[in-house]
Amino acid sequence: MELHELSLSELSERLRRREISAVELTESVLAQIERLEPHIRAYITLTPEVAREQARQAQARLDAGEWNPLLGIPIAIKDNISTRGIRTTCASRILYNYVPPYDATVVARLKAAGAVLVGKTNMDEFAMGSSTEYSAFHPTHNPWDLSRVPGGSSGGSAAAVAAHLAVAALGSDTGGSIRQPASYCGVVGLKPTYGRVSRYGLIAYASSLDQIGPLTKTVADCALVMNVIAGKDPLDATSVEVPVPDYREALRPEVKGVRLGVPREFFAQGVQPEVAQRVHEAIRVLEEAGAIVEETSIPMVEYGLPTYYILAPAECSSNLARYDGVRYGLRVGEERGHIGMMERTRAEGFGDEVIQRIIIGTYALSAGYYDAYYLKAQKARTLLRQEFDRAMAQFDALACPTAPTPAFRIGELVSDPLAMKLMDVLTIPVNLTGLPALSVPCGFVDGLPVGLQIIGKPFDEATILRIGYTYEQRAGWQATLRHPSGIAALLS
Amino acid sequence: MALTLEQMRHVAKLARLELSDEKLLQLMGHINALMRHFERLQALPTDEVEPTSHSIPVYNAFREDVPGTPLPREEALANAPQARDGLFIVPRIVEE
Repeated sequence: MELHELSLSELSERLRRREISAVELTESVLAQIERLEPHIRAYITLTPEVAREQARQAQARLDAGEWNPLLGIPIAIKDNISTRGIRTTCASRILYNYVPPYDATVVARLKAAGAVLVGKTNMDEFAMGSSTEYSAFHPTHNPWDLSRVPGGSSGGSAAAVAAHLAVAALGSDTGGSIRQPASYCGVVGLKPTYGRVSRYGLIAYASSLDQIGPLTKTVADCALVMNVIAGKDPLDATSVEVPVPDYREALRPEVKGVRLGVPREFFAQGVQPEVAQRVHEAIRVLEEAGAIVEETSIPMVEYGLPTYYILAPAECSSNLARYDGVRYGLRVGEERGHIGMMERTRAEGFGDEVIQRIIIGTYALSAGYYDAYYLKAQKARTLLRQEFDRAMAQFDALACPTAPTPAFRIGELVSDPLAMKLMDVLTIPVNLTGLPALSVPCGFVDGLPVGLQIIGKPFDEATILRIGYTYEQRAGWQATLRHPSGIAALLS
Repeated sequence: MALTLEQMRHVAKLARLELSDEKLLQLMGHINALMRHFERLQALPTDEVEPTSHSIPVYNAFREDVPGTPLPREEALANAPQARDGLFIVPRIVEE
């Protein structure tokens, strides 16, 4: 097996035992990028020189006897997470030339651990979308079928990990943007509890919903990345001072007595019967391992999508007011005076999906409509939270599908605004309630990967990692997941 | 509930977006499809419900008031479309 095909856990063990060098590993990933990136297009910006230099530095630390699980591991970062000195575009024309003068806290932590930055991954513009087709630059192709989307908005990160163009990646999740692409690409994705991981340096979309998290090849890899990025950050006042456990302790294949709720509404909502079947099979695997499985109900889930599509655009319209052509990014129409410059810069800089959300959000917050839309949605959010609280009092975690279908075709849903948004119907409620949720590959439908979503209690990522780990060990998809069918022909 | 072209023009102006009527009409279809989907929310009884703006309660996130090192001016200006003498340059905003 080639080095880049191994998991983070396997590679860090080999680095520790000095069987391989960090330089050798980075070269292996860069060679895979050279072969496959023209077909996958997972990246907006590649940073091979940075990667080679960081790999040399990591090897020097290893040579000096130092070790931690991320030292020397090539990692990709979603292009809405700030990287000092490396272009960060949010896949938008309005930030096409923006070079952050500082690192996001998660990037600073990864660098301190000695991770190697391979590049910045493609996404839907400003993380608004479910297919990565709303990137202002180019679409990304699913490694399981190049004619299909990788999901979104962290589609570049998911495709990069699945095709071994990075060993692990960071994404961001506002309505499902880590979990849904993880499901579509056959990788593991975790949206941590809101406040668990610092958002400092994450370019804001909807601040009360955004959260950074890992996309990885295995649940163990996810735990290793979480160990580095989780924790209170003085630079993000919404990050929470709750002790961070060593997530490696969650990597035990035991779920005996774990109470697992199965909310029936998560199997309606347009879920394809074959997807529901794969997820039920996965839940049976956990039951055989000793979990106590019981059906439950969260009827408010049907209000999740409308609630989200008022609150997220409202927050977006406010957050994106900063793009005015004055301090950074695109500037158009200077001859039109300062107001004209702002109006032209924004109209030319933002894509249609972003403009639509700004318009909806501005409308929902405008005088006379605030109570009917924004306040109403905030109250619906309370009711949704109360239902989840009731369910979570009875169970240790909830299990359901991550997405209603496997990956759809590129171009299939771009002209149907609602159909595309319905792909997030099972992930959005989790953002509205702030809970952590993990997507773990649980088999295939027509050769395309499907994800099992495990939703946990606030700040109890450890339990959902343990459930995910148990399932992964028992189900044994790993060997298949290492070789995505869409890239097999390209590599032979 | 659906937005009219007149409302679209007004909201675009509020959001500082210069969009032609043709563009607004094109976006209106998508926007109103979503607005129709929101309708179901209006039927939800919420009279006695408190709004939630933040899903994980955080109270008084205080920190020590310690001076730090601000971003150097040159770095803060490095991304500016136009800068001069340590300042952002914008079109004239006051008449002579």
